[in-house]
Amino acid sequence: MTDKTTTPFSRRSLLKGGVAVAGLAATARFSSFPTPAIAQEPVTLRYLSTAVNQSPGIAAKASEDLGITIEYIAVTTDDVAKRVITQPNSFDLVDTEYFALPKLLPSGNIMGLDANRIKLADKIASVLRNGTIGGKKVGMDGTAPAETLYLPSEKATEFAGEETGFLTLIPTTYNADTLGIRPDLIDGEVTSWASLLDPKFKGKAAILNIPSIGIMDAAMAIEARGDMTYGDKGNMTREEIDKTIAALIEAKRAGQFRAFWTDFNESVNLMASGEVVIQSMWSPAITAVRTQGIECRYQPLAEGYRAWASGFGLPPAIGEREKDAAYEFINWFLSGWAGAHLAKQGYYTAVLDTTKEAMEPYEWAYWFEGKPAEQDIMSPGGQLLEKAGATRDGGSYEERMGKVACWNAVMDENIYMIRKWNEFIAA
Amino acid sequence: MTRSAITHGTGAPETSGAAAISPKARKRRKARASWTPAWVAYLQAAPMALVFLLFFVLPLAATFVVSFWNYTEYSIVPAFVTTNYSDVFYGCAASLPSLCTTFATYLSTLKFVAIVWVATLLIGFAVAYFLCFHVRTLPMQIALFMVCTIPFWTSNVIRMISWIPLLGRNGLVNETLQSVGLIDAPLEWLLYSDFAVALALIHLYTLFMVVPIFNSMMRIDKALVEAAYDAGASGWQTLTNVVIPLVKPGIVIGSIFVVTIVTGDYLTIGIMGGQQIASVGKIIQTQINFLQFPIAAANAIVLLAVVLLTIWGMLRLVDIRKEL
Repeated sequence: MTDKTTTPFSRRSLLKGGVAVAGLAATARFSSFPTPAIAQEPVTLRYLSTAVNQSPGIAAKASEDLGITIEYIAVTTDDVAKRVITQPNSFDLVDTEYFALPKLLPSGNIMGLDANRIKLADKIASVLRNGTIGGKKVGMDGTAPAETLYLPSEKATEFAGEETGFLTLIPTTYNADTLGIRPDLIDGEVTSWASLLDPKFKGKAAILNIPSIGIMDAAMAIEARGDMTYGDKGNMTREEIDKTIAALIEAKRAGQFRAFWTDFNESVNLMASGEVVIQSMWSPAITAVRTQGIECRYQPLAEGYRAWASGFGLPPAIGEREKDAAYEFINWFLSGWAGAHLAKQGYYTAVLDTTKEAMEPYEWAYWFEGKPAEQDIMSPGGQLLEKAGATRDGGSYEERMGKVACWNAVMDENIYMIRKWNEFIAA
Repeated sequence: MTRSAITHGTGAPETSGAAAISPKARKRRKARASWTPAWVAYLQAAPMALVFLLFFVLPLAATFVVSFWNYTEYSIVPAFVTTNYSDVFYGCAASLPSLCTTFATYLSTLKFVAIVWVATLLIGFAVAYFLCFHVRTLPMQIALFMVCTIPFWTSNVIRMISWIPLLGRNGLVNETLQSVGLIDAPLEWLLYSDFAVALALIHLYTLFMVVPIFNSMMRIDKALVEAAYDAGASGWQTLTNVVIPLVKPGIVIGSIFVVTIVTGDYLTIGIMGGQQIASVGKIIQTQINFLQFPIAAANAIVLLAVVLLTIWGMLRLVDIRKEL
């Protein structure tokens, strides 16, 4: 509410200060004026994202360091996109996934961020900027951030496809997803995505019921099994969708799946209760199972990972004060502390150098270098995550992100895909 | 004389005045038994009507209108197209004799409606019968009735989820059966199955059957039952000839509750079925999540039509207004 009440106030002060009325009309120019009235009240930023990204620690630290109040609006992944499109005035800052961009951008409700105002814009991890790690190209199937990170201009509704001065989203967190397994309930090794559809795990496998992600996990499994190869798993043709869904229906009718899940917590319960021993899973869910004292592994697989990335976007309707504050907050976010805070939960961060500086060397070695932990690894909240001597599943940053096969995506044939997915659920 | 003259003299304008007013007044009095002006009744009904208009009629009208709109991935466009409805029934004619998504979903929903309706009716009737005819004192009836409602003090979802630790692979039921030696391997069909869904639905919605049936039963004049016995009717004959016909409205009201709730339910089917069992609600939710509002609206309208048809059918069987 603060933002709404302060905007007219500051405008009036500016008028009194003798600023031309013409300047008022062109509100977009406001930021260039030094405006003493603005500093009077703390700015509130309404921060829209999923609950997973909303750490109370970050809000507290931002308030302490910057004097900016962060007001979290927590909704589900799908609802973030829905809200950006249907209620673009209801937030000042959105933390959303890159794969939502092909939907968000044409709606005109996300505007480009000026790279000149982001101090560390050129330090953003190369895997996000151009899809390379150490000069080596990673898989680009799906809606890769490298393809959607840049805009030709601030108000553009199409991607630039190359590095420009405007960014769609400033990366906050990203990671490489794979299958979660219960090693204590599985005989032998799991080395391939094909295991998800392996009759060996009949009645003990699960898949996500979020169509856009679930179908990619299925595609990884089907391709690994050698049934078919995809042109682009993140952008299938109708024929590919038909075949994938047919394979899924066959597996479902054979009783392969114990359940499907949509909510992160459901996947934790399925795994912890032993209902499921192999399933698509997200990294914090693995941690949640482990903190219950149950063995659970984020199993690296031969075919690589399905990656995702999330980042900050600004709505065009944002007020000038909020816009300044948002840039300030984003710069602070990239400067180290927040990155380290998130990295300790298993996420990767946009600017690796500053994250490294803000972490203890043994933490960096565990989370990013794939080395055995020298000391017990604690969560940001002080909970024990791993005992000394443990190593991270999948190894170092380069090993994990370097083996990305595809990115979370929205397909061109999305509407058709969802219709077919519903057919699979009803089968 | 004088008096009459006076009466007459002053009375003349009076009578003429009364003659002018009284027919109107008499008419008004004939039409209504109350002295309150007509608009007061409208005013009294206005708050509820307004709430209905704002939160029921308008959204429903909007849903109906939007179901004819066009959409893209990120916008809905005002239009008048029927593609949303044809998409709802996509492939239904072509894929015969196998069922298309919509028909398969409705068939699966119908199956649950039938199972749950029969089960809740039998259980609900039995419970109401026990409360009404076997429990003799009113305080005890009230106390036992309250006991029935206790589970409803917690949330719907919690009551549903509490089945999971019971029915799971390593759940209470499986572990007990295994330790007793009745089974060797855990029963897989207990959870995330049709059985689990039906069980949870019956558990959740039996009370909706108990309440109206109990209400109807309590109104039965006990003398009627006595008369039936005196006339030589057996217990079964009394039940079928006296009690059941008299509680019909209760049964129909309870059935309407159960049938409509189960038709639209997607949470229970989702959670207890491990999301492997389709429901119309889930399809609508998926479509809304992907911003396909018009087709979701079309699905909602079709669902509404199905529910209304069912209710219409049930009301044809029993005229509630007459029976109440």
